Amino acid sequence: MTGVLAQARPLLEWDWVGRNGELLWELTRQHLYFTGMAVGIGLAISLALSVVALRWRATLTPILGFGSVLYTIPSLALFALLLPVLGIGDALAITALVTYTILILVRNIVAGIDGVPREVIEAADGMGYRPARRFLEIELPLAMPVVVAGLRIASVTVIGLVTVTALIGRGGLGALILRGFRTLPPFPTMIVVGTLLSVVLAITVDLLLLGVERALTPWARRKTAP
Amino acid sequence: MGAAEDGAVRQLAGDTLTWLTDPGRWDVTSVAGIPFRTLQHLGVSVSAILLACVLAVPLALHLAHRRRAEALASSVVNIGRAIPSFGLIVLFWLLATRTGWVGTQFWPLVLALTALALPPVFTNTYTAVREVDAATVEAARGMGYTEAQVLRRIELPLASPVILAGIRIAFVQVVATTAIGAIVTNGGGLGRYVVDGFARGVAGRPTVLAGALLLATLTLLADGAFGLVERLLLPDGVRDDARRADVANRVGAAG
Amino acid sequence: MPETTAAPVAGTATPTDPMIALRGLTKAFDGQDRPAVDHLDLDVPRGEIVVLVGPSGCGKTTTLKMINRIIEPTSGEVFIDGQPTSARPAHELRRDLGYVIQQVGLFPHKTIAQNIATVPRLLGWDRDRIRARTAELLERVDLEPELASRYPSELSGGQRQRVGVARALAADPPVLLMDEPYGAVDPLVRGRLQDQLLELQRELGKTIVFVTHDIDEAIKLGDRIAILNVGGVLEQYAPPAEILREPANDFVRSFLGAERALKQLSLQAVGDAELVRGPVVAADESATAARSVAQAEGVDWVGVLDGERLRGWLWTDDLEDGRRVGDHATRDFRVMVDHATSLRGALDAIVTSRNQVAVVVDDDRYRGMLFIEDVARRLTLSGGGRANRRATPAVSEDRA
Ligand SMILES: Nc1ncnc2c1ncn2[C@@H]1O[C@H](COP(=O)(O)OP(=O)(O)O)[C@@H](O)[C@H]1O
Ligand SMILES: [Mg+2]
Repeated sequence: MTGVLAQARPLLEWDWVGRNGELLWELTRQHLYFTGMAVGIGLAISLALSVVALRWRATLTPILGFGSVLYTIPSLALFALLLPVLGIGDALAITALVTYTILILVRNIVAGIDGVPREVIEAADGMGYRPARRFLEIELPLAMPVVVAGLRIASVTVIGLVTVTALIGRGGLGALILRGFRTLPPFPTMIVVGTLLSVVLAITVDLLLLGVERALTPWARRKTAP
Repeated sequence: MGAAEDGAVRQLAGDTLTWLTDPGRWDVTSVAGIPFRTLQHLGVSVSAILLACVLAVPLALHLAHRRRAEALASSVVNIGRAIPSFGLIVLFWLLATRTGWVGTQFWPLVLALTALALPPVFTNTYTAVREVDAATVEAARGMGYTEAQVLRRIELPLASPVILAGIRIAFVQVVATTAIGAIVTNGGGLGRYVVDGFARGVAGRPTVLAGALLLATLTLLADGAFGLVERLLLPDGVRDDARRADVANRVGAAG
Repeated sequence: MPETTAAPVAGTATPTDPMIALRGLTKAFDGQDRPAVDHLDLDVPRGEIVVLVGPSGCGKTTTLKMINRIIEPTSGEVFIDGQPTSARPAHELRRDLGYVIQQVGLFPHKTIAQNIATVPRLLGWDRDRIRARTAELLERVDLEPELASRYPSELSGGQRQRVGVARALAADPPVLLMDEPYGAVDPLVRGRLQDQLLELQRELGKTIVFVTHDIDEAIKLGDRIAILNVGGVLEQYAPPAEILREPANDFVRSFLGAERALKQLSLQAVGDAELVRGPVVAADESATAARSVAQAEGVDWVGVLDGERLRGWLWTDDLEDGRRVGDHATRDFRVMVDHATSLRGALDAIVTSRNQVAVVVDDDRYRGMLFIEDVARRLTLSGGGRANRRATPAVSEDRA
């Protein structure tokens, strides 16, 4: 692969984009699928871990430490480490992606719940709430803005990482980038379109989640104490 | 797990160990050896983070001191997070092949990683300065400090723990992402083993696994080493792990 | 414990058994060398407001929270309506005990109506009943119905506090526990909230345990006051008048402060005090008659009565012979107090206006005059008689 070979083609060939709408849609869908699965599973696991951490405070530090190590390990290494256990496939890609959400989500869920004012909890207890209902009806909704903030960070992070799963033959838009790179001579349009679509996807999901947060927390917007 | 599978895993573990303990791999003179690849990896990562710091820290200090570009500071990190590192690395390589300015091995990767490290370093430095107690700054002004002195003697030292925490997170991210460079160039350090191993299918699995172990170790060590540097650079009073967690939340990114 | 302090009302003062009875109630927190509350016995009679008052850290909050089991006692027992609270699950018990705290603790993500509906919902009331109840309670605490769909962040501090009370009353619990509910609102609003609570209490007849560190608030609200010392030691438990009249010991005396006599005044209404008719004459009297009334009273002014209404006053020097009193121009009295005002309130009015007499009215009807010396005599201060009534009366600035 040399620079000279790449010289010929323009960075973006619109007619190729026009002709391959279906492929692009399919890859975007796949990208979203991986993201949704990873964040969804990550959220379920993180909620469970958060409940444990909140119930038994001493476990918070080890849980965050564990999440932190998972988060620090390079994605490439993580794919490789999980490969012998899971084999090549969606499960490998999704499992690796899930590990990146745990730290972000647990930290935000715990911070969100901790941020619920003490007097609100005391009032709820005083009214006769039982712990489970109090968690679902009072603490979780009030923690929502912080939890959704975590979800946004996790989703955007995962969308960026899905491109790397191309290496194990999955990877949505990353597969397009990889193909553009491996084509001889390299095909710039695939690289540019793959990257741009991934960015657009991340921003769209981010804004969508922001919208969800706004819709779920009407009380946070009206603030005009006389 | 079936017995056959169990055996396969044991086989793989054995092969990986053999791979790792092969004296040839630790030959300091071999360009395919672990020492060389590790150094190459760190060379790329350190170059990128230094470049990012040189570009972002002074600018962020200046803007934060002047209370300018607030919106930019808060949005830049989100935009940065949305850019896929793999795409960016390939794009930089592509641009390098077309301009021929910087070669296609070392610099495109370093520059792509720099671009990835810029947002967290910038935002964090900016926020760190903004979070310095306003009363302290005002007291300094009241005692006759010039603006430059306020920035250099008050804001910078007080903000330094948070600034360093941000750089640490960006650095770890860069070390992790350097490996992805191996897909594109020959400069990806330890990532090379993983990428090459993958390319060889099942036969390459011991290489993949060994490379992954080395990579994970290097990243965790880099994080730990930076922690030591922080400890050495900062007086006891200003180091604060809770704040570091907070910073991670703000700028965190994975590679 | 001295005899006087350990005398709960059980069996003696009240014929009915107490609504709440604390028996040997003790709480020792881990890592503290003395108990926060130590063997406290206290009976709270049905339908009364009992105020727990004492210095900060004396165990008031701890005591209150042991009643609804937010804090579990180390030993001892709380009986509500004769039943030990430990016999029921805490969450069920709490649904029968309204609870109001200083920070209110409204749920920020729920509307005012939803906040008020909390306990009815926990109790599984149907929707129509909840809606009717919510509307009723908003009205009871003087909040406009439009506020129902607002969020707590859109209300003022005083309004939030009223929502807190409405929420506590929602399921009509027989008992209300209030922990410094008005500690965070400004004094003006606090006064209004206190009046409202007294009014509510007259209508609803709840049993209320009210915690405060403000002795004036305790005197104003309490049917009985329990004065606690550090460690939850009960120093005196009695109606406010009795506490003011006969403080059980030095602690109580010093807690009541130097103004103890003054505080007693807040327990009496002006209308119940001995009022004097004062130097007043009917409008159709002659100037000469008016002069002699003033002279007899030892002042140099007279008030002018229009039937039952007091029109105003004028200097005797300004009286013109041959004209009726009512034909003269009059000035307004400055300090007019309602007959239901406390003596303390009237005194404040007289003193702050730098005058020495207050005109007491019942709506428009003239009831009499209250001179500062009369109040002073009640304080058993040496009042100096009525010697200096010559000074200016409750004068308004000359508006003419
Ligand atoms: N949860 C707790 N843990 C340990 N000590 C406590 C706790 N709550 C209260 N205390 C202590 O118990 C004493 C009484 O506190 P409290 O009942 O809150 O006083 P008050 O309400 O009269 O101001 C204080 O010394 C306080 O420090
Ligand atoms: Mg208290």
